Amino acid sequence: MILPLALLLSFQLAGEAAARALDLPLPGPVIGLGLLLAALLAVPRLEPILRTVTQPILANLSLLFVPAGVGVVGHLDLIRAEAAALAAVIVVSTAAAIAASALTFAWLARPEATE
Amino acid sequence: MIELWSYLRQGELLWLTATLVAFLIGEAASRRSGRHPLVNPVLIAVVLLAVVLLLSGTDYATYFEGAQFVHFMLGPATVALGLPLYANRHRIRRVLLPMAAALAVGSATAVASALALGQALGLDRLTLASLAPKSATAPVALGVAEATGGQPTLTAVLVILTGITGAVAAAPLLNLLRVRDWRARGFAVGLASHGIGTARAFQVNETAGAFSGIAMGLNAMLTALLAPVAVRLFLG
Repeated sequence: MILPLALLLSFQLAGEAAARALDLPLPGPVIGLGLLLAALLAVPRLEPILRTVTQPILANLSLLFVPAGVGVVGHLDLIRAEAAALAAVIVVSTAAAIAASALTFAWLARPEATE
Repeated sequence: MIELWSYLRQGELLWLTATLVAFLIGEAASRRSGRHPLVNPVLIAVVLLAVVLLLSGTDYATYFEGAQFVHFMLGPATVALGLPLYANRHRIRRVLLPMAAALAVGSATAVASALALGQALGLDRLTLASLAPKSATAPVALGVAEATGGQPTLTAVLVILTGITGAVAAAPLLNLLRVRDWRARGFAVGLASHGIGTARAFQVNETAGAFSGIAMGLNAMLTALLAPVAVRLFLG
């Protein structure tokens, strides 16, 4: 458990360092994600090692949203004042994104044969 | 008794425990509802904790001293998203073109439509920058908001609301559009509504869930690239 955790943190650390050193527009952890992907392609036997730690993290991903979400207590005035506009933006924009990507995918993809 | 409470109220231990317990309550409620998308465990946990903070007169900074241990895991969790991408690499390769096109169109739509409509409705700069990455999974969205002059805690709330909206609206909307391909349906849900949409997609169909997870990972990366550019373009 310590090895995969150390690996995960090392990829994040390398990502953060690269983002700062090279002034990249991506957040450090996203670069860490890319580095992890590259490492897995180069060394496939990392997968079962990492999985012992990534599985429980990803299975409980939504818990990690909570502390930031509680920050809503600092924005109650804004949310009350702009509730209608925020709701309209979220509903319309989310529906537009779903429709645009689903139609694009379905239009370009052949039906999946084997599954 | 009062002394004990004032000791605990300052404590990291108290607010870390409260965060986990509130989430467990949200999870239990979600399970009892048969995983109805409107009964979202994160939303329930956030509301419970917010009420406790307001009633006990605790400020967010004090709460966060305990909750930061959970919050810290967002970074490693983002890195961990690489694993399902790797595991699905063969399926990704087979539909590379439709996927890349759907990703580009969907991600741009999610960011640009939020900025354009929000601007038209008169939202201020801070709110718009906080809205732009709303379709990306929380750890990435928070990082993007921070980098573009948004407010990460506001983004967190907007990300959660976007996730719930997508999870609720996707099925009826996609039925209306007559999209029957589970890969396309799942991909669209994950792209627009990240982990909350992905959790929902897995309940409906295994293939939809897998493609939703792929889309969540890919859109996390693309939003991190697109949103800062779009914010600069729209807000100067």
